[in-house]
Amino acid sequence: MLAYIVRRLLYAVPILIGVNLITFALFFVVNTPDDMARMQLGVKRVTPEAIEKWKVERGYDQPLFWNGGAAGLGKATETIFYRKSVRMFVFDFGRADDGRDIAREITMRMGPSLAVALPVFLLGLFATISFALLLVYFRASYLDAAGVVACVAMMSISGLFYIIGGQWLVSKIWHLVPISGYAEGLTAGKFLVLPVLIGVIGGIGSGTRWYRTIFLEEIGKDYVRTARAKGLSERLVLFRHVLRNALIPILTGVVVVIPTLFMGSLLIESFFGIPGLGSYTIDAINAQDFAVVRSMVFIGSCLYIVGLLLTDISYTLVDPRIRFQ
Amino acid sequence: MKPVLLWSDALFFLLIAVAVGGAWWGRRQAHLRAGWAQVWTSRRARISAVVLGIFFVIGCVDSLHYRPLLPQEEGKPPAHSVEVLSALDALLMPLKANTEKTYSAPLANELFAKETLDDGSRGFPALKYPGAHVFGTDKVGQDVFYLTLKSIRTGLLIGTLTTLIMLPAAVLLGIVAGYLGGWVDDLIQYLYTTLNSIPGVLLIAASVLMMQVIIDTHPDWFATAAERADARLLALCAILGVTSWTGLCRLLRGETLKLREMEYVQAARAFGVSRLAIMLRHVLPNVMHIVLIAVVMDFSGLVLAEAVLSYVGVGVDPNTISFGTMINAARLELAREPMVWWSLAAAFVFMFAMVLAANLLADAVRDAFDPRAAK
Repeated sequence: MLAYIVRRLLYAVPILIGVNLITFALFFVVNTPDDMARMQLGVKRVTPEAIEKWKVERGYDQPLFWNGGAAGLGKATETIFYRKSVRMFVFDFGRADDGRDIAREITMRMGPSLAVALPVFLLGLFATISFALLLVYFRASYLDAAGVVACVAMMSISGLFYIIGGQWLVSKIWHLVPISGYAEGLTAGKFLVLPVLIGVIGGIGSGTRWYRTIFLEEIGKDYVRTARAKGLSERLVLFRHVLRNALIPILTGVVVVIPTLFMGSLLIESFFGIPGLGSYTIDAINAQDFAVVRSMVFIGSCLYIVGLLLTDISYTLVDPRIRFQ
Repeated sequence: MKPVLLWSDALFFLLIAVAVGGAWWGRRQAHLRAGWAQVWTSRRARISAVVLGIFFVIGCVDSLHYRPLLPQEEGKPPAHSVEVLSALDALLMPLKANTEKTYSAPLANELFAKETLDDGSRGFPALKYPGAHVFGTDKVGQDVFYLTLKSIRTGLLIGTLTTLIMLPAAVLLGIVAGYLGGWVDDLIQYLYTTLNSIPGVLLIAASVLMMQVIIDTHPDWFATAAERADARLLALCAILGVTSWTGLCRLLRGETLKLREMEYVQAARAFGVSRLAIMLRHVLPNVMHIVLIAVVMDFSGLVLAEAVLSYVGVGVDPNTISFGTMINAARLELAREPMVWWSLAAAFVFMFAMVLAANLLADAVRDAFDPRAAK
């Protein structure tokens, strides 16, 4: 088992290097730092001195890969590639345009992000699996057909409308919770109810349909027929046999997103003014803070790769047929 | 008048030509005909197809662009306006030209906000075109119905061109990886795993930011504002394509691995048919149903993604009329009292109709062509 995990971890290394190279190419090769400076300073009132100052402030004034002017190891380390890309592997992201340390900012903002994303994830999972089981229990009836149509209709509504509609109805018409904002500690509750609710509702359509398909595939198998032939009630068949065996396909889709919950949700956080990583990313995009966007790309990829690793490990835990080769 | 062929127009018409050509070729293929016949038996699918068909016609008319001739001055050569119009604009000229001063409710006779009138009293000024705006007008007085119709083209382009751009790479790499195996397979798998591990929105955001830098630092590449907006739209399609081809590629690789061991492929190999010919003649036609399903399933997701990306600020050019830019402009006005709801409502209704029709049609197509789908 340990050897298996170590091998999987080693397999992640080339992928992380690949991600790092892609981000480097995207941010420094597609456009030179001069281009970026010209864009941020505005094309018209740009002077060579202003560009130089912009680059020095951000540490973009060094050569890309090889600094011939430096001494010893500095030839390789006094470069943009080493400073900005290689240093990311030790989670040194440098500073944002407003001078704050990005790594510190990220650790501070993970909490609020998680406070929204984790309840959305757990409640959403519970709600969608329950609905899917309900539809499967009444399969091939009018309830099932209506449920599927409702799911497709819910999937066809943009997430933006769920948020706008929810804010309008719950906060503006009913005055139940504040429209947006965030607080530390227990008072956060009243700010979190609506975003969590909207997050769950927004995911019900596609989630329910997805789990319904998985359950229906499982329910056609031989062991289910055997269980029914034994005289087990339909409820027992569904909960004890089908649900358990459907865990394997469910795990594929679920475990991989758990680490990415730290990233939060772009839309919900920015609409509700929650100071998490999602709104951090949006603010960085709007301010064209390249350093922050680059760091978020790298962190997001790391978390996704951790998710893949967890998925593989969880398979070995739930499915005794899988061996560590 | 001088016709203008934007890149997106050319690709859109190419796509339609490919679809028509494919339909012509598929007419003689029994299994394809049977599949479409099954799609057509569902009333839901028929209605969806008609709705989508109407959207496509509007999109096509809106893709015929031209620059109108300016009124000629004495002794000067005829000049063309820098504004690029489309055939849809020409058809809807009254809607486009009849702008008001600012917001007005649907079918209203007065403006939305009180102003000081000519006689010095406070009141609602009369509209220039009372009762003419079915969905009201927006902040700068443009007709909302006109804006919604113009948004359709952007939505369709994002939904279709993205697939057109990513399809060749996904099909080629997927089949090659599955059929050749070995180091080629390893390399292609590494490529899509790496691309796939970057969160989609972030990769798109980073790429669009970089694309914007290129567009902004080379203003001389584009003759008109429409061309610049068009370049950004195409860049967005390409970037969305890069982030979305991995799923299809993986599916095709898996299916090719299975097909490779089929008797007819082995027979072809025994007869000494070249690898290229086997891939083209025996593998490709037998994975086409996966490609078809992927194309129709992706469409609705891409239309929805456009709105979200425009909100995040990495969508289409802010001057391009799209559902995303409409929602973005309207959402701030919800805080007004009384509320400005009509732009949002119009965008919601049209977008919902388009995505719902696409989803329903996609389901019917999947049920008909996917051998594993529950019948």
